Amino acid sequence: MIETNEILQTIHMIQEQHFDIRTVTMGINLLDCRKNTDAETAECVYDKITRLARDLVKVGRDLESELGVPIVNKRLSVTPASMITGSDPMRIAVALDQAAGDVGVNLIGGYSALMHKGSTVAENILLDSMPEVFSKTERLCGSVNVGSTRSGINMDAVRRMGAIIKRTAELTAQQDSFGCAKIVVFANAVEDNPFMAGAFHGVGEPECVVNVGVSGPGVVQRALEAVRGQPFDIVAETIKRTAFKITRVGELVAQEAGKRLGVPFGIVDLSLAPTPARGDSVAYILKEMGLEMAGAPGTTAALAMLNDMVKKGGVMASSHVGGLSGAFIPVSEDIGMIEAAAADCLTIEKLEAMTCVCSVGLDMIAIPGDTSANTIAGIIADEAAIGMVNNKTTAVRVIPAVGKKVGDSINFGGLFGYAPIMKVNTANNDAFIERGGRIPAPLHSLRN
Amino acid sequence: MQKALVSVTGQDKVGIIAKVSTALCEQNINILDISQTILSGCFTMLMVVDLQGTQESFQQIADRLAELGGNIGVMISIQRMDLFAAMHRV
Repeated sequence: MIETNEILQTIHMIQEQHFDIRTVTMGINLLDCRKNTDAETAECVYDKITRLARDLVKVGRDLESELGVPIVNKRLSVTPASMITGSDPMRIAVALDQAAGDVGVNLIGGYSALMHKGSTVAENILLDSMPEVFSKTERLCGSVNVGSTRSGINMDAVRRMGAIIKRTAELTAQQDSFGCAKIVVFANAVEDNPFMAGAFHGVGEPECVVNVGVSGPGVVQRALEAVRGQPFDIVAETIKRTAFKITRVGELVAQEAGKRLGVPFGIVDLSLAPTPARGDSVAYILKEMGLEMAGAPGTTAALAMLNDMVKKGGVMASSHVGGLSGAFIPVSEDIGMIEAAAADCLTIEKLEAMTCVCSVGLDMIAIPGDTSANTIAGIIADEAAIGMVNNKTTAVRVIPAVGKKVGDSINFGGLFGYAPIMKVNTANNDAFIERGGRIPAPLHSLRN
Repeated sequence: MQKALVSVTGQDKVGIIAKVSTALCEQNINILDISQTILSGCFTMLMVVDLQGTQESFQQIADRLAELGGNIGVMISIQRMDLFAAMHRV
């Protein structure tokens, strides 16, 4: 029998501490949709998605009601589009966007290209289409993998992504350059990530799959309030226990959702994903550990421990853990990060250090609109190098907000939040970026 | 057996248990266990119920209980029991 205090603990987690299932994401293989023309491919893509994902939103809502746990997002991820697009990828982008809208999901990921070693003709065309696609579609997100531990860093792709991000910012200038929030540049991208904007359905995945992303920074923060002043051993143990409980619910939802949708359950991504709501912040967990705010000396160590304990607690709670699994540190989507950036306590350089130990990378960072494409490419190269050398996923999602400078802010609303414009080091790197070519894979890529 | 937990929280007053039990009875929902306490001035009742005998959907039951809660001035929610077992038992 479950004890009364255990039941009340669960109820408080949901009602007061923002515990939720952040996303139930259905991954769909589109390789069989590739036809002779882009128009035919687009039609097939639309039909397949609307057929397989027809009940996704309903199943999500039913589970939400029965378990009493909010399932915030129902989403889709598809095969990287560059594997099925030809000369007119916009047609397929529109079909993806429309299919997502018609099945009722808020975002669909997979307008993507895997270019860590080089690019195909289709990938080059898809890359060029990105600024226009992300300014004209509503729900579509995309990503580009520019490096990996096994293959090194494709510096040509890095250079191009700097320019693509700039162009997307310009085309969506009216919405605070929101288009850039839908583009992620990865190193070591994972094939089963359920979180946006970087989700795509990898080629090693089955035909259709359900992946679940849990969350709950508020729950961890509250648990740590009970152990104030105690040594790190106790803090670590407390995080592990909390992560275990959170992940168990993710596992339950994932198993049930898979059964009801008639597709296999893939993985539970046990990430701590913040929202701009007060009490749902990863930065506040760091604060609870004893730092005045995120960015204070000690932040990287605190985040390293948090990230590791989330994994250790969660891994036993689920039969399959995957995705990005760890602590996210997006700036605009976390009230504590926003406050720290606004107070100049958190800089891009400190964030870069934090990305060495968190689950992904530089995420949702607003930078001045006059930042050059090569400066952005330099930021991407640095982040990709961290991922490549440390054998981890890293990413860059920056927003060079047109017309904005340090001291201004941008506001996307909802889960995407708002952010102060952060200062960027503008020392010239043109000669470095313009070299192009490929940075060879590190020695430890040779593991066979 | 399809176990669920009905939780009722709010300001204590006369007749909460009676009204909630009546609503469950009308939907042919059997009560398996009840515990009730006052936590820092807040009325807290937890009922383990069996949904096997009811004809109504989970959502209908939840809506009806939420509506009743609105009428009495307390918060009533219903959740499947496996949630708690998943979270608190290895």
